[in-house]
Amino acid sequence: MKALRNLIDNMKPSFEKGGKLHMFHSVFEGFETFLFNPDTTSKSGTHIHDHIDLKRTMSIVIMALIPATLFGMYNVGYQHFGAIGELAGQGFFDIFLFGFLKVLPIIIVSYGVGLGIEFAFAQMRGHEIQEGFLVSGILIPLVMPVDVPLWMVAVATAFAVIIGKEVFGGTGMNIWNPALIARAFLFFAYPSYMSGDSVWVNIGEGQKVVDGFSGATPMALAAAGKTDIDVWNAFIGLIPGSIGETSTLAILIGAVVLIATGIGSWKIMVSTVAGAMVTGLLLNAFAVNAYMALPAWEHLIIGGFAFGAVFMATDPVTASQTSRGKWIYGFLLGVLAIIIRVVNPAYPEGMMLAILLMNTFAPLIDHYVVQGNIKKRLKRASVNA
Amino acid sequence: MAELFSKKNLKLLSNPLNSSNPITVQVLGICSALAVTAQLKPAVVMSLSVVAVLALANVIISLLRNTIPNRIRIIVQLVVIAALVILVDQVLRAFVYDASKQLSVFVGLIITNCIIMGRLEAFALGNKPWPSFLDGLGNAAGYAWVLIVVGFFRELFGSGTLWGYQIIPDSWYIANGGFYENNGMMILPPMALVTVGVIIWVQRSKNPELVEENK
Repeated sequence: MKALRNLIDNMKPSFEKGGKLHMFHSVFEGFETFLFNPDTTSKSGTHIHDHIDLKRTMSIVIMALIPATLFGMYNVGYQHFGAIGELAGQGFFDIFLFGFLKVLPIIIVSYGVGLGIEFAFAQMRGHEIQEGFLVSGILIPLVMPVDVPLWMVAVATAFAVIIGKEVFGGTGMNIWNPALIARAFLFFAYPSYMSGDSVWVNIGEGQKVVDGFSGATPMALAAAGKTDIDVWNAFIGLIPGSIGETSTLAILIGAVVLIATGIGSWKIMVSTVAGAMVTGLLLNAFAVNAYMALPAWEHLIIGGFAFGAVFMATDPVTASQTSRGKWIYGFLLGVLAIIIRVVNPAYPEGMMLAILLMNTFAPLIDHYVVQGNIKKRLKRASVNA
Repeated sequence: MAELFSKKNLKLLSNPLNSSNPITVQVLGICSALAVTAQLKPAVVMSLSVVAVLALANVIISLLRNTIPNRIRIIVQLVVIAALVILVDQVLRAFVYDASKQLSVFVGLIITNCIIMGRLEAFALGNKPWPSFLDGLGNAAGYAWVLIVVGFFRELFGSGTLWGYQIIPDSWYIANGGFYENNGMMILPPMALVTVGVIIWVQRSKNPELVEENK
């Protein structure tokens, strides 16, 4: 550790103002604060700092995402070998390795493009490199189907970082969740690669699928009226779907990490689930088709609901900030997600659109919560006077 | 002659192209800019229509400016604009029927384009015909170039064509064994808004006068 510190201290002068490498100072700062906690203090007024700065926060979210990522890789292999009927002959590590090699390029492209743009903007604008993309960079691959062409990932990532984030002023200023902007962009720009029955399972060139294989996600089947979901596999995650969203179990482990460390808001997670359950039960009561009769709790384990509720809806930048606002935001989000799923036949999954829509309204919700609080307190003050 | 193209008059022509552009600076006429720019051809036809209507309306209102009673000036302006729009519509139907069909209701909606009414109110009512003509031409041209640029990018990336001709080679498409695919979102109005936004961004970074001070 000491040697590393000395190395950085030795390099520092050439990156400071007047040094010959000054133009790369934000890159240098980025790596320095990645390795060591920054020791700078505030210059004005009294501030209370703790050591959980943005970089530590992001690291914890990434840790929380590890189970879903690893399981997603395994599932990619599992679905592949299942589709071509060779599952029985494969060992655990063969299956995992296959998925790992399929998913890794998507992750590399996402990080490469996103961080490249972030570095370029930090240099151009002369500020520090912001860490926001560390999480978006892993979220983007996890919400993609495995067969998505890599250049589409690159275009979507560039769009999300530039139009979704940098034009608003960078990390912390964006209105919408960047990872979902990337997904929504692909969903509307290249719909045949983001939805349907043939994108979720990698078959491989020249491979023959077994008889009876369909490749449709349980959600697409449910939307078509086949609501006999294999509940256990849907919960564990051995179903076709976007890379990281299939396993409710792995996502729950991530949720525990986020809640235990206080990084993710349990209020949003609980209220999102509550909103979905209430809507699901209401739809059950008026069920006129098979999808509406799908037990409310089964909505929680299919599609991207769990992933969205735990990792996307709780994004501290785009969610509501006030405590009461979080309850309202999460509840409406759950309601909308299920309504879009069940009532609107055009979109098979409602979670992405519901989160983006509620991101839009989060500042408005906060505004009314704050105004309501001010009004209540004013009333109290005038009664006493 | 020198009088006609004095510096002041030329400014009337050139300012709306950049620093007081009706779309990117005043943010007027956005509706038609989003609606007709999915392809290049309707964008160009629309631009030419607006050039004709705005330049002529400015001249006519400027000629009438001393005789229009102030209280009914808006309705007089509307009559003039509507008459010109009907003329343009008839010409389009006669000579470029396909484009006119594509533009459908948006030709008629030129009447409600805020740029036209805005220039009549702000300029033609208080200036002589020649400067008014230049002002109309300049503002319409400012509107036109934005439309054409947006239409260019939307058609190129959304359909892979320009003016209806295939630009991106057929062999690039995934269906033909290539790697490329048209971006369906470019056809949708939201991407037109994003494209206009990017134009505004580029313009502001090149022309710092336009950037408001941080409060």
